[in-house]
This record gives sequence, C-alpha cells and structure tokens, in this order.
Amino acid sequence: MGKIITSEDVHLYYGEKEALHGINLDFTEHEITALIGPSGCGKSTYLRCLNRMNDLIPNVTITGSIKLQDQDIYAPGVDIVKLRKRVGMVFQQPNPFPFSVYENVAYGLRLAGERDKHVLDDRIETSLKQAAIWDEVKDHLYDNALSFSGGQQQRICVARVLAVQPDVVLLDEPTSALDPISSAKIEDTLLNIRHEYTVIIVTHNMQQASRISDRTAFLLNGNLVEYDKTEKMFINPDSEQTSDYLNGKFGQEDLQ
Amino acid sequence: MRELFDDELKKLHGRFVEMGLNISEQIYYSTKAFIDHDKKLAAEVIEADNNTNGEEMKLEKQALNLIALQQPVATDFRIIISILKASSDLERIGDHAVSIARETIRMKGTPRIPGVEKEIGKMTDEVRDMLEKALDAYSKSDEKSARALSEQDVGVDKEYLLIRDEITKAVEANSETMPASSSYLMVIRLLERIGDHIVNLAEWIVYSASGKIVELNPGKANPELVNKLYSEEVIEEDKDKGPNKGSK
Repeated sequence: MGKIITSEDVHLYYGEKEALHGINLDFTEHEITALIGPSGCGKSTYLRCLNRMNDLIPNVTITGSIKLQDQDIYAPGVDIVKLRKRVGMVFQQPNPFPFSVYENVAYGLRLAGERDKHVLDDRIETSLKQAAIWDEVKDHLYDNALSFSGGQQQRICVARVLAVQPDVVLLDEPTSALDPISSAKIEDTLLNIRHEYTVIIVTHNMQQASRISDRTAFLLNGNLVEYDKTEKMFINPDSEQTSDYLNGKFGQEDLQ
Repeated sequence: MRELFDDELKKLHGRFVEMGLNISEQIYYSTKAFIDHDKKLAAEVIEADNNTNGEEMKLEKQALNLIALQQPVATDFRIIISILKASSDLERIGDHAVSIARETIRMKGTPRIPGVEKEIGKMTDEVRDMLEKALDAYSKSDEKSARALSEQDVGVDKEYLLIRDEITKAVEANSETMPASSSYLMVIRLLERIGDHIVNLAEWIVYSASGKIVELNPGKANPELVNKLYSEEVIEEDKDKGPNKGSK
C-alpha cells in the first residue's frame, strides 16, 4: 500500500519556542496509525499540522514539508477548505453543531454545493452507517444532535467528517471524554472505516493504540522516538524510552 | 473490537486442538513404526515433526500478540496463558514421538521380544487415549475430566514398571535380546514421559477452567501411590505364576 502523507523535517515554533524538532513521518493508505506520547510531547501539534489547523493559532511558524499525495500542503495557493475536505478531523470533545443530526452530517456536503436531496440522503445514511451510529439515530434524524449522549455525538461527528469522503481522517483523542463502552464503539467505527480511509489518531490510551492501530509513532519532547508496526512496538520496541513509556514508567501523571 | 478478539481467540483455540490431534497421530505412527520395524514410516514421523515445531511457533506468536496488543484479563487471559503453556508440553510430546522414531531407525536386526512389543502397543494406546481425552477436556473446558487424567497416568506409570520387569526377565533368559531391550527401555520411558506431559496439559486445563494452579502429576502429588500399586500387581502376578517363576 502506498504512502498517502509524507512529512519531512517538520519543525514547529510557537513564537520562539520550538515544539517540534524535525519530524519525519509517513502514513500508509488504509491503515490506522496511532500517535502516542506524554502530554506536551507534540503529538496533537503534529496532527494539527496535517490539515493546517495550526494556521488558526497566531505566531506559529512551521518549516519542513508535508505532502498529501505528492502535493505540498503548505505551498502557496493551496485551498485550505479543499485540504480540510480531504483531511478531516475529529476532536477530543464531541462538537456537533447545534442543529439536527441530518443537518450536521449534511453540512460539509452543502458547503461543497451539493443540493440533490437524494444524494444528500444517500450520503448521510452511508456516513452514519460507517460511523456505526445509524441504528441509533435513524428514527431521530431531525432531532438536535446535542440531545444525544457524548458517545453518540462523537460518532455523529465522525459521520460528519466521513460525509465529505475525505482521504484521511485525523482524530485527536476522540475517546478521552467518553466512557469505555462508547470508546469501544468509536474503536469499532475506526476499524470499520480503515479499509476505505486512512486514519491517524492521537491517543493517551496505549491499550487503544495497541488494539486498533497498524502502526504506532511514539513522540517525546517534540521528537519522534520510534515509529514501527504496532505489533513490533508493543512486543519488541527498539528504544528503551518507548518501552519505559509503554510500561507507564514515565508520563503517568499525564495519563487520563 | 470484541469480535476481532474473539475471532483471534477462536483461531488460537482451533490451532491448538489441531496441533494436539496431529501429535496424537505422530505418537501412533512412531510406535507403529517401532513395533513393525518400519524405518520408512519412522523417517516420515521425524520429518512431520518439523511441521509441529513450526505450528507451535505460530501458535506462540499468535498468543503473545494477543497478550501484548489486546491485554486480555480474567477468563480470556487464563485461556491464552493456558494455551501458551500447554503448547510447550505438546511440542515436547512431539519431540518424544520423534525420539521413538529414532530408536526404530537405530535398531538392528537383533532378536526381539514380541511380548514386550505387544505391551508397548498397549501402552501407546493408553497414552493416546489420555491425549485425546485431554484435548476433549480442553475443548469443553471440563475440569473434572482433566483431573481424571492424573489417575490414568498412574496406570501408565505402573505399566512402565511392569514392562521394565518383563524386559529384565527376558534379558536374563536370553542375553541376545540385550540390544533390542535397551531400545525398549528407552521407548517405554518416553511413553511414560508423554503421559507426564499430558498431565501437565491437564493442569493447564484446570487453570483455564477454574483459575486454580494445581499439581496433578501423581509422581509429585502422591509419590508412593505408583509403587504401591506396582508392588501389589507384582505380588498378584507372582501368585499366578507360582513360587518358582516369580523370583522378584
């Protein structure tokens, strides 16, 4: 399988402070990649580089290159809306818009100019099914999305991202605000969609990384310490630091 | 998520049982080769063991992955650990079958003792019966049947002592049977050891089913029992044979 995103020597500065010290990471198509590491290691910062979410933060400087299928996403003239359509994102806190489930999922499609009711209906159903929430919302499509539980809201948000058929789905600790059952449902969802999408997930939960990901990247203090197949990382990592972190010997105070 | 794990566990389970059945077959063919003086069959058993070892490695890798990546606890944890431990015993049983096959190849055309060979055949049947019962108990997570294997192993141990006597007597009567007898002694010892490994297997079945770590090996749990049964049987036999024949 090919690489969908390649990043080379990515440095990121918040003002003077260097938060990422040159990250080289490639992501394989149709795989789940987990980014792990203690709080403040730069994993979320790095993730946000992948769809230029850091552009919204003042005083941020990014160097190096990040390519989405050979196209430099930081090149001048790149349409950020189009980029984010191809590289969607789900956040830690479920953040549905305060209107109906249907309109939430339709939002991106309408923004992209889709008016055909049949196409919308069809895409919404498919996305909600992929996100494993269809059965729970199909009779309540016109209820306010905020009236659902946190776990359901999060899956609605996943469906909202999937509706615009991105290439890559980024998730920033998508289950840390959820109970174990809801978390398991999100994990199921990710396993479901990985055949069609590329999934990159930041997680504080190492068990989650080991359960669902194909590859794991371990970051520490803004450096990429190790990146390998998850099986290899969790059984025989190259770095002692990786082993110590996976065994909870440091970074525990940051764990949720 | 859960489904994926259950599928993996099911595969692991299937692989373990299949490995067990293959090994039971290997025991059968290795002793059959030994009794029939069939060196070709013996060579085949030795060859087949490579597969068993490969299977065991695959099984171990799969079990280790499940432990490292899925962090199973409670029942699932016990099941996986039991398979991991029991697979070492299975693998060792396979090695013993190979040793029996090697004895077949080693044996020259020296005089044999047909009575002993017949007994070895019976001992083999008993050991295979134990293994198949163990696999059955494993599949059903049947603690009671697993524990019963301990008793059956006492019978195998006793059989070992009795055949050993028979061999000794045969050598005393005709020293030309000595070379064959050294192989007989080796083979019955291996069969007896196979019985012990099956009891180990039973211990892991008990652990898997109940969480209890137990010692079922009769030699350890009750060291006097086998000797007692053996002595009783020898006395019985001596009575049958009359005062002149049984000098033991």
